[in-house]
Amino acid sequence: MSNLTEVGFEAQQAAEGQESVGPVEGRTQWQLTWRRLRSDRVAMISLAVIVIMVILAIIAPVFAALTGHGVNTAYPVTGENEVGNPVGPGVNGFWLGTDSVGRDVFVRILYGARISLFVGVVSTAIAVVLGVVIGLVAGYFGGIVDTVLARFTDAVLAFPYVILAIALAVVFGPSLTIIMFMVTFFSWAGIARIVRGQTLSIKEKEYIEAARSLGAGPFRIMFLDILPNLLAPVLVIGTLYIPNAIVFEATLSFLGLGVQPPTPSWGNMLADASNLYQVAWWYLAFPALFLLITTLAFNLLGDGIRDAMDPRTERLIAARRMRSRRAKDRKQQAAGVEAVADTVNG
Amino acid sequence: MAQRTQQDDDVLVRVENAVKYFPVKAGGFIKHTVGQVHAVDDVSLVIERGKTLGLVGETGSGKSTLARCVAGLIPVTGGKVFLNGTDITKLSRGAMRPLRREVQMIFQDPYSSLNPRRRVGAIIGDPFAIHRTATGAERKRMVQELMERVGLNPEHYNRFPAEFSGGQRQRIGVARALALRPKLIICDEPVSALDVSIQAQVLNLLSDLQQEYGLSYLFIAHDLEVVRHVSDKVAVMYLGRIGEAAPAADLYDRPRHPYTVALLSAAPAADPDTAAARQRVILTGDVPSPIDPPAGCRFHPRCPKAQEICARVEPPLVRDNSTAQPAAEGQPPDDSGQPATDVPGGWAHVTACHFPVVPGENLATAGAAAGSAGKGAVA
Amino acid sequence: MAIFGYLVRRLLTGIVVIWLVASAAFFLFFARPVETVARELAGHAATAQTIQLVINNLGLNQPIMTQYWHFLDGLLHGNLGYSYFTQEPVTTMLKQDLPPTVSLVIGGTILWLILGFTVGIISATRARSVFDRTANVLVLIGLSMPIFVIGELLIWLVFQPLYSHGFHWINTGYAGITSGIGPFVGHMLLPWITLAAVQAAVYTRLSRGQLLETLGEDYIRTARAKGLSERRVIFRHALRAALTPVISQLGVDVGQLLGGVVVVEVVFGLGGIGQVSVQAVYQDNLPVIIGFVVIAALFVVVANIVVDLLYAALDPRVRIT
Repeated sequence: MSNLTEVGFEAQQAAEGQESVGPVEGRTQWQLTWRRLRSDRVAMISLAVIVIMVILAIIAPVFAALTGHGVNTAYPVTGENEVGNPVGPGVNGFWLGTDSVGRDVFVRILYGARISLFVGVVSTAIAVVLGVVIGLVAGYFGGIVDTVLARFTDAVLAFPYVILAIALAVVFGPSLTIIMFMVTFFSWAGIARIVRGQTLSIKEKEYIEAARSLGAGPFRIMFLDILPNLLAPVLVIGTLYIPNAIVFEATLSFLGLGVQPPTPSWGNMLADASNLYQVAWWYLAFPALFLLITTLAFNLLGDGIRDAMDPRTERLIAARRMRSRRAKDRKQQAAGVEAVADTVNG
Repeated sequence: MAQRTQQDDDVLVRVENAVKYFPVKAGGFIKHTVGQVHAVDDVSLVIERGKTLGLVGETGSGKSTLARCVAGLIPVTGGKVFLNGTDITKLSRGAMRPLRREVQMIFQDPYSSLNPRRRVGAIIGDPFAIHRTATGAERKRMVQELMERVGLNPEHYNRFPAEFSGGQRQRIGVARALALRPKLIICDEPVSALDVSIQAQVLNLLSDLQQEYGLSYLFIAHDLEVVRHVSDKVAVMYLGRIGEAAPAADLYDRPRHPYTVALLSAAPAADPDTAAARQRVILTGDVPSPIDPPAGCRFHPRCPKAQEICARVEPPLVRDNSTAQPAAEGQPPDDSGQPATDVPGGWAHVTACHFPVVPGENLATAGAAAGSAGKGAVA
Repeated sequence: MAIFGYLVRRLLTGIVVIWLVASAAFFLFFARPVETVARELAGHAATAQTIQLVINNLGLNQPIMTQYWHFLDGLLHGNLGYSYFTQEPVTTMLKQDLPPTVSLVIGGTILWLILGFTVGIISATRARSVFDRTANVLVLIGLSMPIFVIGELLIWLVFQPLYSHGFHWINTGYAGITSGIGPFVGHMLLPWITLAAVQAAVYTRLSRGQLLETLGEDYIRTARAKGLSERRVIFRHALRAALTPVISQLGVDVGQLLGGVVVVEVVFGLGGIGQVSVQAVYQDNLPVIIGFVVIAALFVVVANIVVDLLYAALDPRVRIT
């Protein structure tokens, strides 16, 4: 390492006639994370899948027009066979077959994707905002505020969602709004708990003390000093909560407590399909497949982001691999030396 | 020769009988207090304008807590802290805010005292933003001026702390503390975490800044040589109380409290001959817990000179007049015994000990018998 | 001795919680305009007379607090009211429908815990091996799938082919233990697997992560340096520290479990209280729903106490004070 200070180095550069590089901007953690993420093939594929799914959902009407089948229109003539059962994929222009009343499964899947993605992403986004604010406030202020908020968070976390879903469905009748409320209500608690934990540990750091000694007020400290350090874990959690939200919506719709027919949701389609799997396997398989692919993609992306943000784990595991490889090499070498020695000694 | 008595307008900070206890809680559902940590127990001191008061002590002596009380970061349990004549212990957070511009802190760990997610320019510019003294381009200019002043390249305005070395990060901390031209900077072990060669650079920087801006420092450290180098006055803390305080040269040449003597004897000496000649005073036992400090003089369980009275009566912090001493440098010839001079941080050499060490006494061989012979108890 | 006091305190808290939940459910349903409630119960096509009849029969006209009082009174006497549909006492219904649910919960939980921890521990000790990677993939799939999809897939891909080839042991619907162990397991096997699958995936991942982290700690390095066999190191030293946070997570997941129970019952037609409550929703059968809510709250409270005791037994740092 050179003994020159920065200033000295640049002075030297200038003296040698090279132009100074100019003010260097540090790379933000986001830029670094993105670079690492880019090299993670699995994560990139997942991202692509998600983007494709979103696009498909948005242009769903295009497919309705292409196939000539409306989303809620039944086609008893072309869509059902002689016995009145649904027809399979590829038959009569139904790309993925029909459902119990002869509607186009593919078109309905695409419209169902709208609901799933919308509920998943939007509910999670709202839950993230709520969770971060509550977690921050609870963690930073401590004392009675923390006790109350933390207990409340724990209660919500432990609460069996089924009970509330059932109760709300009875009182208000099932609907999309109810589902979004439910999903948001049960998602923010997990986020708040993690944010609170992080806030508690960040609060003890010296730079927070420094900010207080400068005279910064609590809100400035919470949102300018603590929050930037929280964004990384929050992003990971948020991405991983989206598939939970999607699954949650599907489950509620499956139980009949969510989106009601005829509006298609992957959940209620699967509920309907469960009665027909013997005669119409496609009705069960394809919505399930889309559901699985979507949630899998979000999970893998979330994992990828988490790994990209924390290069330490990579290095640990790579180091372990290195060590075992080196040990193997050494063994091989030793064996080789012995072999040579044997030949030499005859 | 001009009379230099301690006028109040020479004094920037005055601490009067500060007490800080932290409650120890136990219990399951409803926590109740079962004890107190006596972090700071009746400490008084003054910090003069443009001067440095060094505060020395081992871990648990309460020096960091005391510093934070002076900075107004934690509320005191008792006593008063006067900043420029204003009692800050009584102020609300809002009233305290403008005063924060007068007192700033530099922290020990350069790696955790800067927010890793913010750019250096923003960190140094924080004081301007919080107190709304400058915005936009004006702020940037002032920040870059500060960076230059502390020895950083102003073009690194947009870098993150992770891209700087330890010494540079401390400079960033100094720049941040300097931004609003405070009167007092509290340095909480600012060089303990740095390599020795870098320590010198940072200390020199602090000293330059003191000259240029007339700053006062409260300099906390556990390294005696560092403290000696930077301080005008030094106070030694033990278990929440001040054991001894004096102008720097005086403390090092003629230490009187046995604890100070032991500390000094343990400090490494550069000259091997001096080191060999020096007698190490080894203290027995561990530092007692601040939750249950020993009765009487807090140091008595470990003191080689301890007598029966030491376990009963807490020695007051006074000037020792019983033995003839050459006048300490800078001490006013008119020893009028004004109260202000007896306070740590003032001109006098004060000690809290029933049996202070006299020059020539060898503590390494001191025992109970030697201690009581002829020195007399100074009550 | 301290345990006794602790238990008493937790039980009391639990009772308070159940009371709160039951009351919340009650007010949620009944503290609405009488007309609305009656109309709901009587059906959309009901005439004004029918609605009046309903109001009278069910005492909906009484002040809300009187109704509440009756409700609490009944609750304390173990009387949860009568099903609007069948006039059966709710408690009788619940007793009938309890066995499938209990069998499902117990079997499923055992399977989930065993599977989750075993696979997690093995994965951690053989990190990056083929086993680990395969397990990882399965876990990921398990995490991504809703319970009902797993259930449906099992029915479609396992039950259906087996059944159509004359292998009738694996079946849907419920057969109590009284019909013999064989049929019992045959009917419960797929539901158990379904219930356990997702939770096992979560816990595999959790325990693997925790164990990996613990194995990296310095005191484990010391144990190895002392010459202890790897098995000793894991079982005596690492496991306890690694698993205690996972166990404390159990209490929280009881709520999830309950949701899973309802779904599995619906998918496999087990007729347990979960399925019955869902039906009750369609029928606006409020007493049944309230009954389910109370039972569920009871279950959650008891499970939490058990988990806390387990946690305290495992972690010497937690003293029940």
